[in-house]
Amino acid sequence: MYSDLVIEHFTNPRNVGVIENADGVGRVGNPVCGDMMEIFIKVEDGRIADVKFRTFGCGAAIATSSMATEMVKGKPIEDVLRLTRKDVADALGGLPAHKMHCSNLAVDALRAALHDYFSKHPELLPAGVRLEDLAPPPEDSSAEEA
Amino acid sequence: MAIDLDKGVYLDHAATTPVDRRVVEAMLPFWTERYGNPSSIYRLGRDAAKALNGARERIAGILQADPSEIIFTSCGTESDNLAIRGVAFAQRARGKGTHIITSSVEHHAVGHTVEQLVKKFGFEATFLPVDHYGMVDPDEVARAIRPDTVLITIMYANNEVGTIQPIAEIGRLARERGIPFHTDAVQAGGALPLDVNALNVDLLSLSAHKFYGPKGVGLLYVRKGTPLWPMQTGGSQERNRRAGTENVAFAVGMATALELAYAELEQTNRRVQALRDRLIAGVLERIPDVELTGHPTQRLPNSASFVVKYVEGEAMLLNLDMKGIFASSGSACTSMSLSPSHVLTAMGFPPEIAHGSLRMTLGKGNTEEEIDYVLDVLPEIVSRLRAMSPLYQPAA
Repeated sequence: MYSDLVIEHFTNPRNVGVIENADGVGRVGNPVCGDMMEIFIKVEDGRIADVKFRTFGCGAAIATSSMATEMVKGKPIEDVLRLTRKDVADALGGLPAHKMHCSNLAVDALRAALHDYFSKHPELLPAGVRLEDLAPPPEDSSAEEA
Repeated sequence: MAIDLDKGVYLDHAATTPVDRRVVEAMLPFWTERYGNPSSIYRLGRDAAKALNGARERIAGILQADPSEIIFTSCGTESDNLAIRGVAFAQRARGKGTHIITSSVEHHAVGHTVEQLVKKFGFEATFLPVDHYGMVDPDEVARAIRPDTVLITIMYANNEVGTIQPIAEIGRLARERGIPFHTDAVQAGGALPLDVNALNVDLLSLSAHKFYGPKGVGLLYVRKGTPLWPMQTGGSQERNRRAGTENVAFAVGMATALELAYAELEQTNRRVQALRDRLIAGVLERIPDVELTGHPTQRLPNSASFVVKYVEGEAMLLNLDMKGIFASSGSACTSMSLSPSHVLTAMGFPPEIAHGSLRMTLGKGNTEEEIDYVLDVLPEIVSRLRAMSPLYQPAA
């Protein structure tokens, strides 16, 4: 089932909440399939100065949200763009196989928040990154049977 | 009396129950002393056969059935499989047809068995809808009956929401038309009357571990004259209907558990229902945006099931577990599938609401202190999860 670290992050999630006047907001998932996540970012000097999240979902959804926000806080945006779902799952000591797809939304949400940020500041988009690659996946993408 | 949190507060009696010590005592001799094979002709075998048939008679007494109509199986699922496939194949072989009627809220032991008959064996099935309480309308059953209908199978009480179906009425319709009627009574066993004549059933499935008996034993009642093919072939045990050496210890355990359950039925139900009503009232009073699922009165006396809006079921269960409370949910996240409970979906709950399902099923070991503890802890858990839910907009 869940690793101790997943349970620990689920019990004491980091960075829960909302940032008023956030520089970027990402919303992914769909309550229909059981998980929905919102991430708020503050960007300063090309770094994630602050990050907060709200998640509706199971233990894995909440733990991955918490871990991902911790992994990117204070980090340069280039690092955040390289972060994968697997990185977040690995940092938590692994996730049950059937949770990898449906409940590991944090990376998608972060990219969606960056999409929102760079839509307002296209001049700051790092070389080689296309805005459309950061766009959130269609709403129902995780409703399909894995 | 203080609550023993090491032991935990067990509120998942619909999943399974602890074995009653009196049942354990009754089973013990059959492993090391009275271990004979009931098919053997010498004294040791005859003794085992006597114990086995004694168990059968005691159970038949409670069901108002003839002992020859009771088949011991390995579990409720096997009983459902034997009833449905056994009758369907026998009926088709007699040229009666290939149509089966069931409901859309059955346990998977029934639902998946019917689906397989449709997908792999050329049968047709009608999955009847239910109302918002999960209740099947007997008029819908009557309308679904066709000349080629060979079996009707509707559960006695629902395992997720506790709703009790109008079994006797549906059974009367089936009887008038000469169609075998099966009920999955696994969740009702030990809580509701099991008189097969009053219920108008031809086949009825039970599982011992739902009423303080051991896991690994169930039974199927089959009314005399009901066509049934064996699904497990081999020796002539259980009158050629279920081959395999009989598990005498478990049969004795099941009979003992069933006898105790029905000897103490009124007293247990009264006590458990009072606690259950305290739990339901407390939850509805202390937590906003919660709905009781299942029928308000036509429900199992031990069943309290809810949908808690804006939170996800598994997250609630994990939090309850940390507080030493063991409960259950029909949320997709507690299973391997991505879709929420087919029962709540059939009852018309949209998926985002069904994901917040919470089921607490009480038993004879629960106390008022335990219920009050749950009522203290649960509201905090729900507000904590709602505070981090993007779906929740607190009332201004």
